[in-house]
Amino acid sequence: METPVTAALRTESLSMHFGELAAVNGVSLSLARGARHALIGPNGAGKTTLINLLTGVLEPTAGEVYLGGESITPLPQHRRVKRGIARTYQINTLFANLTVLESVMLAILERKGFGARWWRAVKDYREEHGEAMALLSTLKLAGDANTRTAELPYGHQRLVEIALALATRPSILLLDEPAAGIPAAESVEVLGVIAALPADVTILFIEHDMDLVFRFAERITVLVAGRVLVEGAPDEIARDPGVKAVYLGKESLA
Amino acid sequence: MKPGLPAVQIAFWLLPIAAFFLLPGYLVLGSQILIVSLFAMSLDLLLGYAGIVSLGHAAFFGLGAYTAGLLAAHGWGEPLTGLLGAAAIAAIFGFVVSFLVVRGEDLARLMVTLGVGLLLFEAANRAAFITGGVDGLSGVTMWKVLGVFPFDLAGKTGFLYSYAVLLLIFLVLRRVVDSPFGLSLVGIRENRKRMDAIGAPVNRRLVAVFTLGATVAGVAGALLAQTTQFVGLDTLGFERSADLLIMVVVGGTGRLYGAIVGTLVFMVAQDYLSGINPVYWQFWLGLLLILIVFFARGGVLGALEALWKRR
Repeated sequence: METPVTAALRTESLSMHFGELAAVNGVSLSLARGARHALIGPNGAGKTTLINLLTGVLEPTAGEVYLGGESITPLPQHRRVKRGIARTYQINTLFANLTVLESVMLAILERKGFGARWWRAVKDYREEHGEAMALLSTLKLAGDANTRTAELPYGHQRLVEIALALATRPSILLLDEPAAGIPAAESVEVLGVIAALPADVTILFIEHDMDLVFRFAERITVLVAGRVLVEGAPDEIARDPGVKAVYLGKESLA
Repeated sequence: MKPGLPAVQIAFWLLPIAAFFLLPGYLVLGSQILIVSLFAMSLDLLLGYAGIVSLGHAAFFGLGAYTAGLLAAHGWGEPLTGLLGAAAIAAIFGFVVSFLVVRGEDLARLMVTLGVGLLLFEAANRAAFITGGVDGLSGVTMWKVLGVFPFDLAGKTGFLYSYAVLLLIFLVLRRVVDSPFGLSLVGIRENRKRMDAIGAPVNRRLVAVFTLGATVAGVAGALLAQTTQFVGLDTLGFERSADLLIMVVVGGTGRLYGAIVGTLVFMVAQDYLSGINPVYWQFWLGLLLILIVFFARGGVLGALEALWKRR
């Protein structure tokens, strides 16, 4: 099981209060390096808020976030991305009027620290262009490279979400319902791409489809009303009476 | 950017040269169009690329104009160093103001830029002992351009000088918008949240582009001061900022050329229509604006592009 070796990403009593509402309440979570970790729970449990805290979109009202052994709590999002934390969004958050290739180029150029360069045209960055096309090929998006993102079918836009995250070459990938809104057959494909990422990439994903969760997760955390209800291996979670209660609709327990 | 059709672009840049020979009576108006085109381009960089709305861009134009004007009025009439001085002052001021602008949303930005414009206008108005106040700054005496070409009454030198500066800065700005930096500005316009998520330091980029936009506006202002050898308070005025916004939208944002086309349409229409009736001409301008917003979102160039594609 998890050794006491430093976790890839860890939170300590992390809380996020919006006025009276405790969206996230004292969450201590530990992601082992290379984990395939699912975050589940009913709507409003605080899953997306937790991701916003991990990525630095929100500043927690209490608690800490550690990357390796180091606290990154005060770091803004773009600094955390530089340290290898990338995310996708539940609702497509893309560059509607850029082509798919331009979007991915943008992410690659930023990763390489070229984003402020003004003296050479983007089209002359051949190496980065090659990398972008290779990435699009692995996501079967190569045919869409020169299509404006807004004109893509929804399912392909979901893949662009993932492409943009992968272009930052993350060591930790946080996926907010990556397969939301796409047909079951395709969602297996999407998660298949994710599962096939290098073994040392740490992955946390939010997912509502339990088939997908049990198929891809090696570890599951159940979040209810901002708190961790239980964490464990998939078979433990499947047997857990508290989880059953929540998922059978007796949410009054929560 | 729409790179295509180099022949059309070359022809476009030959038009002012043709006008120089064919319309010698219009060189003063022509210079003004070239200068305001440069000014409009500086706003397009902010608005069309980075998505920063501004109703106070004349602050930087006027600052550049007064800097160049004051230099020349106090004994330093060398044009090119005057431009550089104006650029430097506008850049410093733009850099400072940028911090007020980068964080806000559209409405906040409109108000802040408007406020900065008003502040500067009133400051220049009050400091009449420096600026000449409502009478304007006179006594601007320019030396020869490059030590060779004196400014003449017909405006030949002024026209070619403005043309050269516009073309040069256009070439630099085109590099900028085609670069990774330029692409990142479009990214910020399209989705700031996602730019954060791919690791871009968004605020720093906005500071950079706002400073650049202010600098170019300052150069345009300096050109006006030097070619007309006069600086009026209207260089800082709200109307100048508002007209500029109209020109950029009419021409089509986010393509640099749109700024030039919009300026040309606006100023020629203003010259022609106000010749017929000095008050009434804004009626047609208003109508044009409404039509463009409803039927040609990309402005004149956007409409032409749509027609070209449909062929």
